[in-house]
Amino acid sequence: MILVNEEPLAWQVGMTVRDILRAKNYRFPMLIIHVNDTLIPKQDYDTTVVPDEAVVKVIHLISGG
Amino acid sequence: MSQLVFDPTKVMPIDHTKRTEYLDGLAAIKADRKVLKEITYTPSLPDKGYNNRSLYVNVDTLEITEKPVTQQMKDVFIGGRGFGLFHLWNAVKPTTRWNDPENEIIISPGPVAGMTQYAGTGKSLVVSLSPQTDIPIDSNVGGYFGPLLKFSGFDALELQGKANKDVILFIDGVKGIIRVEEAPVGPVDSHVLGEVLTHLYAEDEADLPNISVVSTGAAAEHSLIGMLNFSFYDRRRKCVRFKQAGRGGIGTVFRDKRIRALVVRGPKVAGDLNHPADPKTIAKTGIKYHKEIRENDPHQCMMRRNGTAHIVEIMDAYDLLPVHNFQYGSHPDVHRIDSSYWQQRCTQVTVDGCWYGCSMACAKGADGLILQTGPYKGDMVTVDGPEYENAAGLGSNCGVFDPDYLLELNFYCDTYGICTITYGTLTAFVMECYQRGILDKQRTGGLEMTWGNAEADLEMMHQMARGEGFGKIAGMGVKKMKEYFIRNGYGDPQLINDIGMENKGLEYSQYMSKESLAQQGGYALTNKGPQHDEAWLIFMDMVNKQLPTFEDKAEALYYFPLFRTWFGLNGFCKLPWNDVVPSDNASQPEPQKVPEHVQNYVDLFSATTGIQIDKEELIRQSAKVYNFQRVFNIRMGKGLRLHDAAPYRSLGPVTKEEYESRAERYDQQIVTEMGLDPKGKSTEEKMALHREWRTGRFSQLMDAVYTRRGWTLDGVPTLARLQELGLDAFPEVVAVVKQHL
Repeated sequence: MILVNEEPLAWQVGMTVRDILRAKNYRFPMLIIHVNDTLIPKQDYDTTVVPDEAVVKVIHLISGG
Repeated sequence: MSQLVFDPTKVMPIDHTKRTEYLDGLAAIKADRKVLKEITYTPSLPDKGYNNRSLYVNVDTLEITEKPVTQQMKDVFIGGRGFGLFHLWNAVKPTTRWNDPENEIIISPGPVAGMTQYAGTGKSLVVSLSPQTDIPIDSNVGGYFGPLLKFSGFDALELQGKANKDVILFIDGVKGIIRVEEAPVGPVDSHVLGEVLTHLYAEDEADLPNISVVSTGAAAEHSLIGMLNFSFYDRRRKCVRFKQAGRGGIGTVFRDKRIRALVVRGPKVAGDLNHPADPKTIAKTGIKYHKEIRENDPHQCMMRRNGTAHIVEIMDAYDLLPVHNFQYGSHPDVHRIDSSYWQQRCTQVTVDGCWYGCSMACAKGADGLILQTGPYKGDMVTVDGPEYENAAGLGSNCGVFDPDYLLELNFYCDTYGICTITYGTLTAFVMECYQRGILDKQRTGGLEMTWGNAEADLEMMHQMARGEGFGKIAGMGVKKMKEYFIRNGYGDPQLINDIGMENKGLEYSQYMSKESLAQQGGYALTNKGPQHDEAWLIFMDMVNKQLPTFEDKAEALYYFPLFRTWFGLNGFCKLPWNDVVPSDNASQPEPQKVPEHVQNYVDLFSATTGIQIDKEELIRQSAKVYNFQRVFNIRMGKGLRLHDAAPYRSLGPVTKEEYESRAERYDQQIVTEMGLDPKGKSTEEKMALHREWRTGRFSQLMDAVYTRRGWTLDGVPTLARLQELGLDAFPEVVAVVKQHL
C-alpha cells in the first residue's frame, strides 16, 4: 500500500509514477511529484519505480479561470 | 495520464476569410451623423504609465471635462479597478441604485496596460453599480479600447448621466477631438455595430486596427445581465472581434444610459508608448517570458493551441465540470465539446491574441458558422472561442453537447450583449426547475426547457433580446427568478434557494466546489460575487490536500484574492501568471504561487512606474483596494457576513439522486469526517448529516477567513486594519465602518 495525496492506493511490484497517474486519472499537465520527499522530474515518470509504503505527493498547480 | 496531441491534419477545412458582411448601410449612416457636442483637447502619451488625467463625460448634460489623477489616487488605488472604485465612490450615495443617473461606468486600463513586451498586458477594468447585486461590480476585459484610451491621453473614462436618445461617444486620440453624436438608426447588436463603427471611424484601411468599439446588444436592454463587448481588429481575418466585460450587468447599465457605443481612435501602437522608467528591464523580462512560452507551453497547458478550453476534459476527469446545474461533475458526452474537438474546429490562422505582444495568444476563432436560428439565421459568422467557461456554462451545465449549437449560443450571447457565464448558470437553473416541476410548459410559455434542448435554450435567448415571454423573466438572473418563483408558489422555497447558484445576486462561474471547502470560500467570500478571478483553490485543497486546516484555507483565501486583485489594478491578464510555468518552478519554494512570475510582475510594475516595489508591497497595494471595496459594499447596505452566504448546492448534495450518484464518497465522509456509521441510515438521513457538517464547516471557514483578513466576525474591516493600510485617510470610509463596530 502507498499513500498518494494522503489517500491509500494498492501497491504493485514495478509500479511507476506514470502508473500512479493512470490509476488516479490525474490528467492535468502541470504536476509536481515527490516520492518520499524526492522530486521526480517529468521525464522520469515512466521509469521511476515507486517502493511499497511510499508517500507520494502529486501537486497540481493552480488552474481554472 | 495522457496529454492531448495536436494533429494538424484533422483541422477542418474552413475558410477563415469568409463571413457575412454588414457594411451595406455604412454610407447612409455616415451621412446621417448628428453631432450633439464636440470639444478639442491635447492628446498625450503616458509618462511612466500614467497620463495623470481622466476623462469625465455626462451623457445627459453633455458635460465633457478632464479630471486630474492625483498622487493620492496613484498611491492608494494604483489604477484599473482601483480608479474605477474611487470614482464610483465619489459619484454615488448609499441610496443610489444601478439605474439612477449618478451611477457611473468607469473604464480604466491601469499603469502597466498597453505594454507590448510581455504577455497579457492589454486589459481594462470596468466598474459600475451592478443591477444584479446593487454593489460595485468589476469586470476585467481584453480588446484594444483600454490601451488606446490611455494612448489617447486618459487613465480612466467616467461615464455618468442618462441620455434622452441613443448616443455614441467618440474619442479621437490622434486629432484631439471628443464628440458625442446622436446614434444613427440601425444596429444595436455588437457583431454588426462593431463592424459598422470600426469602418465608420477609421480614416482608411490601415487605420482599422487603431479603432476599438465598446458596445452591447439587444438583450442588454431587456435583462439585468448585459455585458460589454470590447473590440479588436483582426488583421488576418480582416474582421472585428470582441472580448467581453461579462459579469454583473454592466451592459444593462450602458443601455440604460442610452449609450449605443464608445469608440476610440488611438495612435498606431508601438512598444514605448507607456514611456516606462526602465525599458531595458521590461524588454529583458519579456524576452525571458516569451522564451518560456515557446519552450514550455507545448508540453504544459497548450494555451496557444487550445486556449482555456484545454481544461474542459481535465475538469471532467476530476469530477469538477458542472453538469446539469452543478449537480454532477462529469458526463460521458464531454468529448464532443472538449479541446480535442475545438482543435479541429477553430481556425488557427496563426497565434491569436487580444493585445499586441501577447505570446500566450489564447484567443481562438471558430469561423464559418452558419446560424440556424434568430434574426441572423443563415448568416455566416466567426465566433470567438469557446473558452472554458462558455463550453462548461452553455454546454455541460445545461446538457448541451452539440458543438455547433454551443457555438451558436456563444455567438448570440456575445452579439446580444449577455454574459455567457451568467446565461449558462441561469439556464441550468431554469432547466433543473423544469426537471423538478417548479417550471412547466405553461409557466415557460411553451418552452420545453429539458436538459440539452438547445433549440428551446436559443429561443429563450431570442426572447430575452426581444424583451418578451419567459426570456424576459430569465433575464432577471437567478436571484430574482428565485424570488419570482417562490412568490408565485411555483415550488418548495428551500429547494429553489438550494439549487439557485448565486451569491450576492451574481451567478456562479463554472466549477464544482462541493468537495473543496476552500473554493466554497473562494466563491462566496468575494467582494463582487462568485467569480473565479479571486481564488481558484480546488486543486490545492481537494486534490493536493495542501490546505488541511481552516487556518491554511484562510491563508490561501487571504493571499490569492489579493494577488489576483493586483492584475486588475494594473491592466494585466491572469492567464500568463500560471498557465505556463518556468522549467525549474517545481524546485522553487511555494511553486503554486509561481514565484518567478511574481517577480516578473514586481519588475514590470517597478520598471514602468519607477516606483520600486517588492512582492510584499504588491500584496499591500491590493489590500488597500480590496478592503476599500469591502467597505464600499457595506456602504451600499451589503458586504456583511449574511451577504456572503452560499447556496447549499455549492456546499453539498441537495437531492437524493445527487447523493446517490456519489454515495461511496459521501458515505465515506460520514465515517472519516463525522465519525459516524452510515449503515442502516436512509439517504435522507445521511443527506441531513452532510448538510449539518458542511454548513457548519463553511461557517467555521468564514470565521477563519475574516480573522485572517483583519475583519470582524461579521465581515467588517476593523479600524486597525484600515489604519494599517492607510485607508483611515478617508474619513468617509472610517465612518462607514464605525457604524458596524
